[in-house]
Amino acid sequence: MSISLKNIGKSYGAVKALSNISFDVKQGELFGLIGPDGAGKTTLFRILTTLLFPDNGEAKVSGYDIIRDFKDIRSHVGYMPGRFSLYQDLTVEENLNFFATIFGTTIAENYDLIKDIYEHIEPFKDRRAGKLSGGMKQKLALSCALIHKPRVLFLDEPTTGVDPVSRKELWEMLKRLQQKGITILVSTAYMDEASLCDRIALIQDGTILKIDRPQVIIDTFPSKIYNVKADSTYRLLQDLALYPDTHSVYPFGEYSHFTSADPDFKPSDLMRFLQEKQHSGIEVSETPATIEDAFMELSKASELIDN
Amino acid sequence: MKRFRGFVIKEFYHIFRDKRTLVILFGMPIVQILLFGYAVTNEINNVDLAILDKSKDAETQKIIHDIAASKYFKISDILEDEGQIEAIFKKGKVKAVLVFAPNFDKDLITNGSAGVQIVTDATEPNVANSVSNYLSSILQKYQTDINKAITIPYQIVPETKMYYNPELKSVFMFVPGIMTVILMLVSAIMTSISITREKEMGTMEILLVSPLKPHQVILGKVFPYVFLAIINAIVILALGFFVFKMPVQGSYFLLALESILFIFSALSLGILISTISETQQTAMMTSLMGLMLPTILLSGFIFPISSMPVALQVISNIIPAKWFIILIKGILLKGVGIVVLWKETVVLLFMILLFIGVSIKKYKIRLE
Repeated sequence: MSISLKNIGKSYGAVKALSNISFDVKQGELFGLIGPDGAGKTTLFRILTTLLFPDNGEAKVSGYDIIRDFKDIRSHVGYMPGRFSLYQDLTVEENLNFFATIFGTTIAENYDLIKDIYEHIEPFKDRRAGKLSGGMKQKLALSCALIHKPRVLFLDEPTTGVDPVSRKELWEMLKRLQQKGITILVSTAYMDEASLCDRIALIQDGTILKIDRPQVIIDTFPSKIYNVKADSTYRLLQDLALYPDTHSVYPFGEYSHFTSADPDFKPSDLMRFLQEKQHSGIEVSETPATIEDAFMELSKASELIDN
Repeated sequence: MKRFRGFVIKEFYHIFRDKRTLVILFGMPIVQILLFGYAVTNEINNVDLAILDKSKDAETQKIIHDIAASKYFKISDILEDEGQIEAIFKKGKVKAVLVFAPNFDKDLITNGSAGVQIVTDATEPNVANSVSNYLSSILQKYQTDINKAITIPYQIVPETKMYYNPELKSVFMFVPGIMTVILMLVSAIMTSISITREKEMGTMEILLVSPLKPHQVILGKVFPYVFLAIINAIVILALGFFVFKMPVQGSYFLLALESILFIFSALSLGILISTISETQQTAMMTSLMGLMLPTILLSGFIFPISSMPVALQVISNIIPAKWFIILIKGILLKGVGIVVLWKETVVLLFMILLFIGVSIKKYKIRLE
């Protein structure tokens, strides 16, 4: 196992940031930590990169204990914090050179590993890092995190604040890095990125809701999901909540995602109900589940347990 | 070693890219030295003096002539009666009035004594004091001159001799003092914000998740600033030497060595502050408040330590500036060597080790 956690918990005063987190990440796996802001993703990253002590539980990264062998971990992992954390007053090349030097290597030595990524920003190598665009900053940060050939790469929300094209490029880069045998733990609040990971852990309020392959999570979604649309979206949501058989309903882009508590649910019944409520332009059609649906379903279930 | 060098190079980039700070760093010492050297002085020159001469005879004319001939006074007004004295002080320009009693020469010759009064504007006590002293000594000299022919029995004439600063130039006191204050401030402020900046910018998070060791980070931060502070010291000493004719009686080598020692102590103090502060602002305020006032007030730069209350005398011992002022005055003015100054040197050395040691210990290797 490249990363393994057992019952990791962490509180900040009275606030429980993480409780009983356990999972394993295999060598060379691209593992995603999916959850909204404040779910505890950053705290978990900081515990695994030895920046914070857990309150309880134990964890190993690349075979090293996060508390006892913190020095080994620090030399063998690459870490890219959520906030852009390079030297803004240093140029692209100087930043990269600095990180190569403090890890006791050179750019030339590991150039093949970062070539793919660095090529994108090499034309701007004399530009100050603070003057780069969001996407270029992340590419530089990734290059710096990779320059010492880490065994495990920790990327905390690498695509937040990045344009869609650069986001896509970043994920392609991660896929290629994975092929070079690097274990990658990546977090994101974007549910659509989850399907790009080998396995994901859905996390909310410091607890893990589910861990599995994204496709399995989608396939095992318990009920049918319907895309419902009407001219007045706001009124539609209110009325759907009033429908007696409604199990869940929440907005999803231009549609509302609807699931029924009744196993024999017929879309025509719902349409009739909505027509009675004076809706116009009604559409009801079945749609495949997404990670977001699974997340909403699971977080609803966990809230029920909490209450 | 390579890692350390890479870190130091990075620090130099930060320093040289921040042009505004550089200008302040090197501009401040020059401006301060020139200001203190020229403007802030206890000596008096061309003080405006008014004369109220009720006698108007040959003797008073001679005395007035003597006063006017000195570079210390400028006779700017002649008054007619006492009522005008306060009026002229209130205008503010004239700092002193010399009043001769009526029949000055007659009294002097017939009675052997004559009335003269010095009236000063004591809103500035130092000036009033100096003016009164200077005027008295001019009158004294005149008296000695007229008594030349006569031998006075039983006379005590003290012969004062001022060692090390015979002209009592205040700039000799200000150059070492300002050098101490500036080196302390510049070094401490510069380094105190350097580690907190990494914390604020989030780069500390990456530095921690790297094989860099605490001592590499701390020494790597101190190292580049030593060069800047040495340049500062050289600029200050050169200004003192060439512009104010400050002597260097002792060895240049020892001077350089002790200055570097003091610079290290100030830098390590700055580092210590930055390891315990979370933001650049706290670090800067701490170094300004916590270091500037004691360095100016308790180091013996302006106020002699021997006349302080015992409690403050004890506190003054923990201020590096106190020891450096003793060292630098000793070297510059008295020309003494390490044989005399070893104690102060050891104290500074001990302080450096202490500050660096505590900084390394206090340096957080985690985020909490």
